[in-house]
Amino acid sequence: MKWGVVTFPGSCDDRDTLYCLETVLGQQVVALWHKDRDLQGVDAIVLPGGFFYGDYLRCGALARFSPIMQSVYEFAQAGGPVLGICNGFQILCEAGLLPGALVRNRSLSFICDWVWIRVETPRTPFTAACRTGEILRLPIKHGEGCYVADAATLRTLEDNGQVVFRYVDAAGQTSETANPNGSLHNIAGVANARGNVVGLMPHPEHAVEPLLGGEDGSKLFRLACAAL
Amino acid sequence: MNTAHRSLPVTLQVAQEHGLTAEEYQRLMQILGRTPTFEELGVFSVMWSEHCSYKSSRRLLRQLPTSGPQILQGPGENAGIVEVGDGLAVVFKIESHNHPSFIEPYHGAATGVGGILRDIFTMGARPIASLNSLRFGSLDHPRTPYLVKGVVAGIGGYGNCVGVPTVGGEVYFDAGYNGNILVNAFTLGVVRTDRIFRARAAGAGNPVMYVGSRTGRDGIHGASLLASREFDARSEELRPAVQVGDPFTEKLLIEACLELMQRDLIVAIQDMGAAGLTSSAVEMAGRGGMGILLQLEAVPTREEGITPYELLLSESQERMLLIAKAGCEEEVRAIFSRWDLEACVIGRVTDDGLFRACWHGQEVVRIPVSALTQDAPAYERPATPPADLAARHRLDLTDLPSPSDYGEVLVQLLTSPNLASKEWIYRQYDFLVGSNTVVQPGSDAAIIRLKGTRKGIGLSVDCNSRYCLLDPYRGAQIAVAEAARNLAVSGARPLALSDCLNFGNPEKPEVMWQFQQTIAGMRDACLALDLAVVSGNVSFYNETEGRAIPPTPTVAMVGIVPDVTRHVTQWFKQEGDIIVLLGETKAELGGSEYLAVVHGRVAGAPPALDLSQEKRLQELCFTAAQEGLLASAHDVAEGGLAIALAEACISHPDKAIGARVRLPGGLRPDVLLFSESQSRVLVSVPPAVLPRLQARARAAALPLFILGEVGGSELEVQGYYRFPVAMLQHAWRTALARRLEAVSASGTA
Repeated sequence: MKWGVVTFPGSCDDRDTLYCLETVLGQQVVALWHKDRDLQGVDAIVLPGGFFYGDYLRCGALARFSPIMQSVYEFAQAGGPVLGICNGFQILCEAGLLPGALVRNRSLSFICDWVWIRVETPRTPFTAACRTGEILRLPIKHGEGCYVADAATLRTLEDNGQVVFRYVDAAGQTSETANPNGSLHNIAGVANARGNVVGLMPHPEHAVEPLLGGEDGSKLFRLACAAL
Repeated sequence: MNTAHRSLPVTLQVAQEHGLTAEEYQRLMQILGRTPTFEELGVFSVMWSEHCSYKSSRRLLRQLPTSGPQILQGPGENAGIVEVGDGLAVVFKIESHNHPSFIEPYHGAATGVGGILRDIFTMGARPIASLNSLRFGSLDHPRTPYLVKGVVAGIGGYGNCVGVPTVGGEVYFDAGYNGNILVNAFTLGVVRTDRIFRARAAGAGNPVMYVGSRTGRDGIHGASLLASREFDARSEELRPAVQVGDPFTEKLLIEACLELMQRDLIVAIQDMGAAGLTSSAVEMAGRGGMGILLQLEAVPTREEGITPYELLLSESQERMLLIAKAGCEEEVRAIFSRWDLEACVIGRVTDDGLFRACWHGQEVVRIPVSALTQDAPAYERPATPPADLAARHRLDLTDLPSPSDYGEVLVQLLTSPNLASKEWIYRQYDFLVGSNTVVQPGSDAAIIRLKGTRKGIGLSVDCNSRYCLLDPYRGAQIAVAEAARNLAVSGARPLALSDCLNFGNPEKPEVMWQFQQTIAGMRDACLALDLAVVSGNVSFYNETEGRAIPPTPTVAMVGIVPDVTRHVTQWFKQEGDIIVLLGETKAELGGSEYLAVVHGRVAGAPPALDLSQEKRLQELCFTAAQEGLLASAHDVAEGGLAIALAEACISHPDKAIGARVRLPGGLRPDVLLFSESQSRVLVSVPPAVLPRLQARARAAALPLFILGEVGGSELEVQGYYRFPVAMLQHAWRTALARRLEAVSASGTA
């Protein structure tokens, strides 16, 4: 099992993702550079958080101009597991690998906080060993995490089980107050139709050590290994 | 293209418009032996400005202790460095960006963060944590909500984008800052002790290289005309002197510079901050005892037609100047090019001790470097205490009506801007990136771990400027003591500090007296607590229309947690734990939050401080924390014991827990509850541990009072009040948001 973590110009959580996989979880990892095309034979790819090209245009909008994205696209089309976290999720939406889009938080300001999310489906490589309905405590930190899609897309997502995570309260219930950014249907993460590409706004790589507040996030990485 | 250059004529009047005095102009004529060129005048005016030369403070600053066994670098470089073992050192500094932030809050604050980050990574350290200390005017002032929102968004916008966590800070509101807000930004980085870089030019012939953003016309005279003068009604017109930040380029610069520093390619590096290209070139030459020759036409520019004068003085952001080893230029360029950044040679190191700048072969600047550095003017300005000092200290408690309902007062204080939770602010900062944040904002000190070691770093920032206004000597002592106490109660041994000294106009004897007293107070506290000042800055001229801010010597302190798993947070943990007060409560309401909020008075003498008792208290807390004895520990500060107790119940990020408390008698109830006596800590311990704590307190001759027990869902202070903690928590957490959002809804912002 070999992971690849892509560093784009403006990636901030790339080093943390590498640290999480390599040092904390003991996985084999390589750092991938956005100007390269070679995926170095990785089994799974993470697009980490950050501010892609400063996000001065629209979040993730310039991503498809990075040479590596062509390789990521082909990898995903071939069924390879791809996880986009935060800015990585925005990039996957902009690249057309995931449906929908992420817009400014309802509060119009950046939010850094710990939230609860509920696993809605185990049918992705990243949630394979989670139970449906399992609750995870993970941090969010974003200014543009409000998930939106048109009504038809939302219906398809719900019908096909492509909603992977929803914001909930500590008791596992969806509610307005449990929704930190105004996402439609409390959506915190989605998958493509095939289930191999997953994006989420919360940061599992920042919840892998009890010393730093919790380790619920490690499930997303450990289970991917088991599923492959 | 016409490259011939005609310098504008220089006269005394032009010099004065540049902020130089007639005497200073005479002095520079003597040094040069001729009339300066227009470019030279620009160079002198920025290098001799208060902001760059410290001409009013330099002599007094020498009184501060700046060395110690672990101090690898004291003041004089871009930042201070303290060794922390395991082959590592921490690099840190706090710096002001007050004037620009008042004129243009978003970019003023953002570029403040950018500037301090560059000071850290320029020494080879990866920045791993930021703090900030903010002072705003009264929340009732119409401009305050606009400034708060702009500054917070600016700090977040920049800090979040570069991927450095903002892990803590402090915020106060006081009408004394209505006309001048304070934005003090701090960053800490970590570096291997064998990989430290300094900004000291060496090796005649070595190329001077420029990297980062191109130079534009922004921020010209930021240091001399913005930061070294008072504000008046026309200050808004200074907006063009505020720089605009580009955090994305900064992020690339951080990564590229740190990559560069892994190799042996450069001899010195410094960011272009205040006074831009001029100060970075001159300071590097000065430290190394060398000269520098610049070819200004080689500087990358954003637009055509920028003059040599503008190139020398622009404060465009995200630029670095480095001195490469001769022959390594191509390798340096290749690293920056990988990150899509420009790097080019714009000059060379010389051995003539001169700062020279040429424009297409014509020399426009030729000044001895020493005239701009160690021989810059230094003043011993007159200092006199204010005439009404005795009146300020007068406070007769018998004149003070006793409140009828102490519960009401508690809620009033908990929801007042200075004591309310700052969650609305710190939730806008990424405090997690970097995967090191062990204690996030909301406790007495932030704790971050040092990867690859068992250690942690504690960070705190403090200053009670109300105390400083009433008694600058004691106020400064308390700022140092409290910053250290915040670390000790969190399980960190205080190591060293960086100071940001924010004052009014130093040409006024009263302001100079405040400054003098402050330095003396800091010195005495540092000596008693065994601390050194390793970096910092002075910000004078925080005045508008003749009204100075309260003296605000912000202290940012760094400590070491030997075993990071043994850190302590301020909130109660466990039902049945015993609540203990260490230290003694005295009738000290002078300068208190209670007096200001409830009685509308700023008066009296600030609380006394016994530095020897303070030291014993901190030692006890640190040791007990590292031995795992303490369930919680919280510094008793603004708002006194009543607020400390409430915070211990409600400041847990996820829950609230009650307490039943009985206070010792013998004092007026408002003194007992709200006095701000120093050297007090509220701790909770499991019952089995209590005897050990008592024994230690006895051994250290520290008073100890058992107050009660943790548990239930109510905070009860017997005889005074009883509240559901959930209700207190909600009121305390949402108070600031309610104030800020109510105002914006009415359209003021």
